[in-house]
Amino acid sequence: MLAKRIIPCLDVDEGKVVKGVKFVNLRDAGDPAEIGAIYDKEKADELVFLDITASLEKRDIIIEVVRRTAEKIFMPLTVGGGIRDLEDIRKLLKVGADKVSINTAAVKNPSLVTEAAKKFGSQCIVVAIDAKRIVTPLPRPPVTRLKTGKLANRRTGKPKWEVYINGGRTPTGWDVLEWAKRVDKLGAGEILLTSMDCDGTKKGYDLELTRKISEAVSIPVIASGGAGNLEHLYQALTEGKADAVLAASIFHFREYSIREAKEYLKKKGVAVRL
Amino acid sequence: MIVIVDYGMGNLRSVQKAFQKVGQEALITSDPDKVLQASKVVLPGVGAFGKCIANLKEHHLIDPIYRFIETGKPFLGICLGLQLLFTESEEGGVTGLNIIKGRVKRFDFSNKGLKVPHMGWNQIKKSPKSEVHPSNWQRQLDGPKSVLKGIPDGSYFYFVHSYYVEPDDKSVITATTEYGLEFASIVSKDNIYGTQFHPEKSQELGLRMLKNFGEL
Repeated sequence: MLAKRIIPCLDVDEGKVVKGVKFVNLRDAGDPAEIGAIYDKEKADELVFLDITASLEKRDIIIEVVRRTAEKIFMPLTVGGGIRDLEDIRKLLKVGADKVSINTAAVKNPSLVTEAAKKFGSQCIVVAIDAKRIVTPLPRPPVTRLKTGKLANRRTGKPKWEVYINGGRTPTGWDVLEWAKRVDKLGAGEILLTSMDCDGTKKGYDLELTRKISEAVSIPVIASGGAGNLEHLYQALTEGKADAVLAASIFHFREYSIREAKEYLKKKGVAVRL
Repeated sequence: MIVIVDYGMGNLRSVQKAFQKVGQEALITSDPDKVLQASKVVLPGVGAFGKCIANLKEHHLIDPIYRFIETGKPFLGICLGLQLLFTESEEGGVTGLNIIKGRVKRFDFSNKGLKVPHMGWNQIKKSPKSEVHPSNWQRQLDGPKSVLKGIPDGSYFYFVHSYYVEPDDKSVITATTEYGLEFASIVSKDNIYGTQFHPEKSQELGLRMLKNFGEL
């Protein structure tokens, strides 16, 4: 049976892991290659590097990091962040990335997804979507003031999410559901779906969003943003219908090991690889 | 020397370093002569079937592959490298190398709700002895030098593919995997081995399989 994937994600800035990682037995706690090797030993199912280096001149540092990491690990490695064109993709694949994740460039130029899939194969083209929930106000009645003085809940009707780019700074006006369906048609092999509302809260994934997207597309969906405990992983994989879950801090700070996460999921009946 | 055939498709370095990790030197080359002189040949592959065949032709590698296989020395096809050995593919209706008779078909799960590509870690089920050709049985599953030595039934390997192989002769199927249907995930015929999954991306057990292949 196909196992649900548990994927640790590292934010890498100028070749160093940021947001901190607490592992014992690390010579250099900031070295992505070294942390990658530990996750490989722990049987993580894949590894994701998110390059958050802001300056263009320093972008090439990630190439060297990917090269060093790929030497040490024997599981798929996805690299995302700042990828602009086919040449960026080619460089990363050449040094050992198995997949690349494209976000802003895919929105600005959707045909890049198709071209990249044709050239390198769909299997290595992941499209990352940053989604933010839109509160849709009722046309009428207008906002009513309750006796308590609080505003009545304006969030009614069907929920919608908007696509954001540039690391979540720029709204596009695009509907996430429509964009996800289009990404599928364009030839992407997978969608990495991040809820901006949940990211960093540790209160759980946006299950409604995850489920909606996963049901609407024919390619696998990785849920991201909000994992705070193992129950959250379980929810995303069952209620949220995600094919894989991505998490950062719960693994980096050793709140849970990959094995603990998988054992928990297995006990609850989720197919995982121990 | 193990030779990894380079025809411009995919990440060959990952296969090479997996062999290195288990103590086997492997050479990445597109030189037809080197392929002919190899002790073992590995044909990896990702991307599109038609493009792979075209690239093999362009690099003048098809004839050396046929000739190498005729020597009886071990040959391993990985993922698309396995599919290329078959007669034909639904992917663009292209003709393959026809070394193993059969077809390459696309997963069609439009009404089952399963995702394509089949991506991630899935289990292999070794074929029952009665269904495997005796020589393949020994070579693959039971012999002192089988490629599956030390790899238990039900082991997980990393897959990523939208097409699967369907051999005419079922006795070449040495393991299957379940995804919507039961497809051939390891195929063997005489000196030819093929895996639909990526042993080089399958951590400990994948490396074990490559080690076994290297020691054949």
